[in-house]
Amino acid sequence: MSLISTLARLDAVRSGRAQALATVRHRHLSERPMVFVPLTTAGEAGAPLGALVGTDRDTPRLLAVTQPRDRDLRFAFLAELAETVLPYIDGYADDIEAAERNETDPETGKRVKVEVELCSDAPQLIVPSRAGIEYVRLLGRSMRFRRTAEQDPDTPYPAPPHIPLLGRWLTHYGERARVPGSSLLLAATDLLGRHWATGQSSLEDQHLGALLAWIDPTSGEAGESGAEAALRAELERDGDGQLVCPPAGPATDPAFDNKLLAPAIDRYDRARKALAAAEDGLAADAHLGELAAAERHIRELLAAQMRPTWDAVWRALDLLRGLPEGARAADRWTRDRWSYTGHRDRVRAGEPPQPRRDDAVTAAQKLASRETAQAQLEAQEALDDPLVMAGRRLAGEAFTSEVLDVEMTMSEGKRPSPRPLVTVRTDDAPHLGERTKVYRSLDGRPQTAEFVRYEEEAGVLVLRVTDKMGRGKEPAPGSVPEKGERICWTLFEHDQRGGPQLPDPEATPWTHGGPPGASAERPDPVTAEDIL
Amino acid sequence: MPATALRQRLAELRGPSVAPLPLDARALAALAANPGCKRRALLDGAGVNKAALATALGSPSGFGQSQFAFMRGNAFEARVKADGGTELMRLLYERMGAGAGPGCEPPVAGETHVPDLAAAGPEGRAARTALALREATAAGMWTLLDHPMLALEVAGSPAYLEPDAVVVRPDGHWSVVEIKSFPMIDESADAAKVGAAARQAAVYVLALERVAAKVAGARVGHAVLLVCPKDFSNLPAASVVDVRKQRSVTRRQLERLTRIEDLAAALPEGTTFDVDRPAEELAAAVEAVEAAYAPECLAACELAFHCRAKARAVGAVGALGRSVRGELGGLTTIGEVLAAAEGTAGDPADPTVAALRRAAALRTEALRAAAPTGAEALAGARAGAGVRC
Repeated sequence: MSLISTLARLDAVRSGRAQALATVRHRHLSERPMVFVPLTTAGEAGAPLGALVGTDRDTPRLLAVTQPRDRDLRFAFLAELAETVLPYIDGYADDIEAAERNETDPETGKRVKVEVELCSDAPQLIVPSRAGIEYVRLLGRSMRFRRTAEQDPDTPYPAPPHIPLLGRWLTHYGERARVPGSSLLLAATDLLGRHWATGQSSLEDQHLGALLAWIDPTSGEAGESGAEAALRAELERDGDGQLVCPPAGPATDPAFDNKLLAPAIDRYDRARKALAAAEDGLAADAHLGELAAAERHIRELLAAQMRPTWDAVWRALDLLRGLPEGARAADRWTRDRWSYTGHRDRVRAGEPPQPRRDDAVTAAQKLASRETAQAQLEAQEALDDPLVMAGRRLAGEAFTSEVLDVEMTMSEGKRPSPRPLVTVRTDDAPHLGERTKVYRSLDGRPQTAEFVRYEEEAGVLVLRVTDKMGRGKEPAPGSVPEKGERICWTLFEHDQRGGPQLPDPEATPWTHGGPPGASAERPDPVTAEDIL
Repeated sequence: MPATALRQRLAELRGPSVAPLPLDARALAALAANPGCKRRALLDGAGVNKAALATALGSPSGFGQSQFAFMRGNAFEARVKADGGTELMRLLYERMGAGAGPGCEPPVAGETHVPDLAAAGPEGRAARTALALREATAAGMWTLLDHPMLALEVAGSPAYLEPDAVVVRPDGHWSVVEIKSFPMIDESADAAKVGAAARQAAVYVLALERVAAKVAGARVGHAVLLVCPKDFSNLPAASVVDVRKQRSVTRRQLERLTRIEDLAAALPEGTTFDVDRPAEELAAAVEAVEAAYAPECLAACELAFHCRAKARAVGAVGALGRSVRGELGGLTTIGEVLAAAEGTAGDPADPTVAALRRAAALRTEALRAAAPTGAEALAGARAGAGVRC
């Protein structure tokens, strides 16, 4: 964390309100995102308890598992989830635009341009917290190797259709969320934390209710500071010992589990047993009524736990929409659209689900692309946002300057080209060495200059502009800084190049495990016990 | 101070009719994670029930365990140890048997010796465990100690620890087994949880080493066996975790722990943490021992909310995180830092102060440049509906 964001936090403590960490929104927000608020059963891996999901803030779809240890009920939950999420994801698949991509021609080995489809928009999932992102990954992992009766008639506990497909999509979204700056799957706490500094630690910022209380000017009671509202959101309990603002999940509050949920599940179990034991139709009807009531009770309990979080996520989106989108966020969203389109193509081509572990080449590619994305994100955020750039200036990685003088010189060599020397004054303290390259944004494209020398007067230095001035002897109009102009130079590059080429997975050297096996992944073994 | 006098003094601190709360490995690991906290060291050392104390102070801890997680954890542990530990011994041999010397045949199902460790009181159980370990080592056969009791002296008072299991190999090698209920999915588990388990296991290894020092032919393994549910099932999967690093860190920090008797001696006469006393008196007693609050305490200490409120009240920068405190050099309160940043206090020659002023100037400049959009954003936000949380 830079000293500037630390100061913002301290300021937030003093004022009792969150302070800006950004002046623009650094993540693309879809016009119609899908919000997903999941709850999980404590102590079980991948045993969902319930969820609110949907694209309309007023009518979330409530999904509930009345007995989390029952495989059939769990499958019914996942099938219902697939019914809601897959149509939303598929809804973006056919709205396409033409695009070009560089590919290597397999015969000639040359790079050629290929016409491909690019989806013009992509579905966006929003979860409350970072733990929610992990849960999406986990759900994806638990579902993508399931087999339906159609895929394999002999499978012991066939999954309802669409479950493996939803698993593949959730896996893709979970994986994409690890790419810095990507926006296919976002956590509300991360979004808010990126744009505002609160007067609490970043650990405490993981609590969506408390985080929002600092930021939202309409939260809390009249005259209450953000700090007080956050404290109440974190700790306040009603007369029954229940949190007034339930945790954003997927984990539930133990007090809720022990005091409300466990008795409700017991009641449901008893009703089910009684129904199974019923001897005649009349008794069965009565037990059926009790079973329905028990089920309704659980659904109400879960809905009451999740609804505040659901509203909080939408409120967070409102606040974020109040910020104008950063100019370069659209560029990153285009990459997300590529990612979505790519997975759509893989699903359509009938490729198998993502493997449990990536092979060496894929893993190296993912790491390299995340590193590139991280560097690109840092550069783009700084260029979009003076407050982020201030942090880079403080670190000596950028400087703003006023042009004092421009002296035209020409390069030596066969075809002399313009190499203007620009004298500038800056109050910043950039880390410049001999011939250090610096960049400025010229109509959205980077122009390079190199450091020449310091002048005697403090803060005055000379740069030599080296490109983007056209082919002629005279530099193109507007391509050379003018006297009096204020320019922000950066020491970091504005665009990121990818790393070196990696071999095809089939050519993985033995040092890295050799080529990956061709065998498809086997489904998880099913245990006798009722565990997913 | 002789041992009995110390025990007497700690009993006074706890309150006359209160039984001491035993220190467990989790508490020790947490203590080792924040060794500067004298408050925690003293309260834990005296066996004070911190949860009850926090409630009496008006800042109850939010800790609790869901009965679902509790049941699941117990069911899994029972399953792993079922049939005289057959499955557990198979996993252990599969993961750790390869390095065993001659005479270390694989354990035969149903022939593992599982001694009865029942005894009265923690001292009795610890003595019984030590005896069982000695016998098993001498007998040279596979032995599984289910929930043994180990004693470890911490800051001048004994702590009793109960690992999930300890296995003695025929060649006299002792291994700690830690059974956890978080899943190991595709052979990897949550790094934070594995780390916590490793720190906890390191405490057991330390305690076992004290016992092993007195037993001929005994060696304590620095690799512990972590057993977790495999993927989404409740079948066990095991992995070997080397805890040498955690062990040396824990040992160093336990040695560094300020000795409890010094802390107790520094308290005013008549100080007590008896929760039956009025809240103001308790607050004063707690205040008399220095704490080192950091946000990480929230996940590890029952008193954290109380300490946080106190840290916030005095404007300690540490309440915003250890990294924040580290960045600000000698400035420890929010007021000091802001005054230095705004130029009303502090020595401009101090590099921290100079950096703060520069940061403040850059921040103001950037915010001013963006002011119109910022104001719009806020106005837009105000128009929205209020949400409870």
